[in-house]
Amino acid sequence: MSLQVNFVVRENVLLVRLNGELDHHEANQLREAWQEQLQKPAVDHVIVNLEKLSFMDSSGLGVMLGRYKEVQAKGNEMVICSISPEVRRLFDMSGMFKIMKLMDNESSALEMLGVASCEMK
Amino acid sequence: MRNEMTLEFTSISENESLARVSVAAFISQLNPTMEELTDIKTVVSEAVTNAIIHGYEDKTDEKVTLTCAIDGEEIELIIQDRGQGIDNIDLAKEPLYTSKPEWERSGMGFTIMENFMDQVDITSEPGIGTTIRMTKQLTSARALCN
Repeated sequence: MSLQVNFVVRENVLLVRLNGELDHHEANQLREAWQEQLQKPAVDHVIVNLEKLSFMDSSGLGVMLGRYKEVQAKGNEMVICSISPEVRRLFDMSGMFKIMKLMDNESSALEMLGVASCEMK
Repeated sequence: MRNEMTLEFTSISENESLARVSVAAFISQLNPTMEELTDIKTVVSEAVTNAIIHGYEDKTDEKVTLTCAIDGEEIELIIQDRGQGIDNIDLAKEPLYTSKPEWERSGMGFTIMENFMDQVDITSEPGIGTTIRMTKQLTSARALCN
């Protein structure tokens, strides 16, 4: 199973929705596509929705950490949401939530970043 | 009774998912829990990724060998490459250490393997290659049957 990526911009927030399996092979392509999205002038903050991510390994952690550093360097926020227990174990093991914020779902993450959560696309 | 399978594949990243799926299919006869299955798939992914990017440094015409054996409720995994080997195994095992920070590696591969498996043995020689042998005892199947 490969990885499908869906990027949506809502006001000044880039939503990154991942569906499938994120390993080293998929990580390389994801990084390129994600970095391109971060170039958009409208984009400040990032929400990563992991609801449909069925598998991730340490290559995925590398990509998350890499984007976090880029977003943080501009003084913006990156929030993870809707994480499954399996994927969460890896985040916990590497201490990622000591630096990144975790929210239950996309709408609460949007709300936290000041975007009205109605009319979800 | 010991049941074993060996898979040899080209050192390209497309084969990381093949390795995970093959092992998951093979061990499904032990009826692992979702968590156990995820653990095994994750460590296979870590070890095979290491072989491809560190052992072979992205050379795409080499071979990775993966052996999976089950004996009772114990799973044994052996992942072998004939690549450049690891200079300093203790350093490589340190959490967050990576020899390739420019490739955006998290440095968590060995930490994950050691956390998810009961035992992890690394044998490596510069210029000869690296072999990772890991074992894990499944406990759930017995508990569920009783």
